[in-house]
Amino acid sequence: MSAPTLRIRDLRLGFKSWSGTFDVLHGISLHIGKGERVALVGESGSGKSVTARIVLGLLQTLRSAKISGLVEFEGRDLAKLSEAERRALRGTRMSMIFQDPTSSLNPVYRISTQFHEVLQRANPRIEPAESRARAEKALADVSIADPARVLDSYPFQLSGGMNQRVMIAMALANEPSLLIADEPGTALDVTVQAQTLRLMREQVERHHASVLFISHNLGVVREFADRVYVIYKGRIAEQGPTAALFDNPRHPYTQALLRAVPRMTGDGIPEIEDASESYFAPTVIHDGYGEPEGVA
Amino acid sequence: MTQPLLSLRSVSKTFHTGGREVKAVDNVSFDVAEGECLAVVGESGSGKSTIANMILGIYPQTIGEISYKGSALPARRDLVHRRSIQLVQQNPLSSLNPRRTIGASLRLALDVHGIGERAGRNDRTGQLLEEVGLPASFRTRSPAALSGGQRQRVAIARALACQSELVVLDEPTSALDVLVQARVLRLLADLRKSRGLTYLFITHDLSVVRNIADRVAVFERGKLVEIGTTATIFEAPNHPYTRKLIAAVPVVTADEVALRKRFMEEANANV
Repeated sequence: MSAPTLRIRDLRLGFKSWSGTFDVLHGISLHIGKGERVALVGESGSGKSVTARIVLGLLQTLRSAKISGLVEFEGRDLAKLSEAERRALRGTRMSMIFQDPTSSLNPVYRISTQFHEVLQRANPRIEPAESRARAEKALADVSIADPARVLDSYPFQLSGGMNQRVMIAMALANEPSLLIADEPGTALDVTVQAQTLRLMREQVERHHASVLFISHNLGVVREFADRVYVIYKGRIAEQGPTAALFDNPRHPYTQALLRAVPRMTGDGIPEIEDASESYFAPTVIHDGYGEPEGVA
Repeated sequence: MTQPLLSLRSVSKTFHTGGREVKAVDNVSFDVAEGECLAVVGESGSGKSTIANMILGIYPQTIGEISYKGSALPARRDLVHRRSIQLVQQNPLSSLNPRRTIGASLRLALDVHGIGERAGRNDRTGQLLEEVGLPASFRTRSPAALSGGQRQRVAIARALACQSELVVLDEPTSALDVLVQARVLRLLADLRKSRGLTYLFITHDLSVVRNIADRVAVFERGKLVEIGTTATIFEAPNHPYTRKLIAAVPVVTADEVALRKRFMEEANANV
């Protein structure tokens, strides 16, 4: 079997400060196979976004960050790569979609200019005419009816949903093998969010990309992911296939989290007890959904 | 029928921006009964925040009438109305003054409205904190030393400090994590019962609305498209936009998935 797209083993992260080290990740392991959509779900401060930043190689340059453990991307140990090599992966082999599309696009450049820059990451000598043609096609793929007009627009002239589609098109333009989506669509209205998720799902399937989907919104995760890791205070609480994990949560933290979500079927406001020690119970792994063995 | 606490009659609000006229709220009429929780739902640009701002007197309506307990609210509010209608905003970090202690923020509300004896007001701030489930000792802390949920509790305590009757809740739990959200919603429901409060609950989160509101008003682009009891809106919505909105909500249980599927089919059938 070929190596999974992403493999994280016993990842630990601490931030050094004058008063000592503050631990954020306490040894998390996860993997994403080719073409898989995997969600990392947790509350704010659980460590889900820093995990994404480590995968992208962005925290490694921070001197106060103490990182240990293995992060392997397509079989290559990220720690053994130079900063330049990690940089070369970003925007080409791996890309990212952020929560707020409007603030992740540069307001002073037209979409066409920004799209050209994206395509230059993979092919520095690409001609503007060719990149425009490819951009138009990519925008048409994300159901943008009028790609030429969008390319000539500035981000603030487009709606949030439109900007999010532009982001999706850009993120997939260089055929990355891994797409990291950090709370995509949470800043959007529900109807637009639903469309965006559908579109993203369709697009990653077409491009055969794997996805690390980071979210605190359990409903969105249920809709999008094949597999789920629940993270609580820097530890994996439960991992398993989406349907089984939602229908039959086994870890006390996952159970509390799911109980807390108000239901559309209307059962009143849930009673939530205070955070309990049981949230730190060992990881619950659904049968057959453990971490693959492999040479570290 | 008893007199409604708040009533809007043919209210419109037009903004002028860059030489264009934008009708943010278009000929809207509805009542809020005393003691009820009316949810105002809609997507961005639906006019729900504009309605809140007009009710609070932040700016006047262009046309129409807003009346409170049977008498029209003046464009410039007097102290009594400012006291009885209070606001809880989405982000407590920006609605609480970071330079003031929690106690001072609460005390200010008491001072402005001259509530209680001067000497007893500091004790009163402690009681208010306890009412929202926080220890009285939090009086000396600054907002930065509190978590998001705790801060939102302080914002609620401040809205209650001056014996308010109508509380406008503008996305009060959207910025909170789901476990914290559940506790704050529970607190809001309990306070409504114990203090006989009336809520205007503005949100885009329909699953929250389903469990806290008595009635729901659905807005689309400044127009009130549907208003009814929570049960009616969620079980037999009339307007296609309401169905579309319900069908778009991401859900977590199998029962909800089934419910949503039904609405999707109905929404598609109506296209």
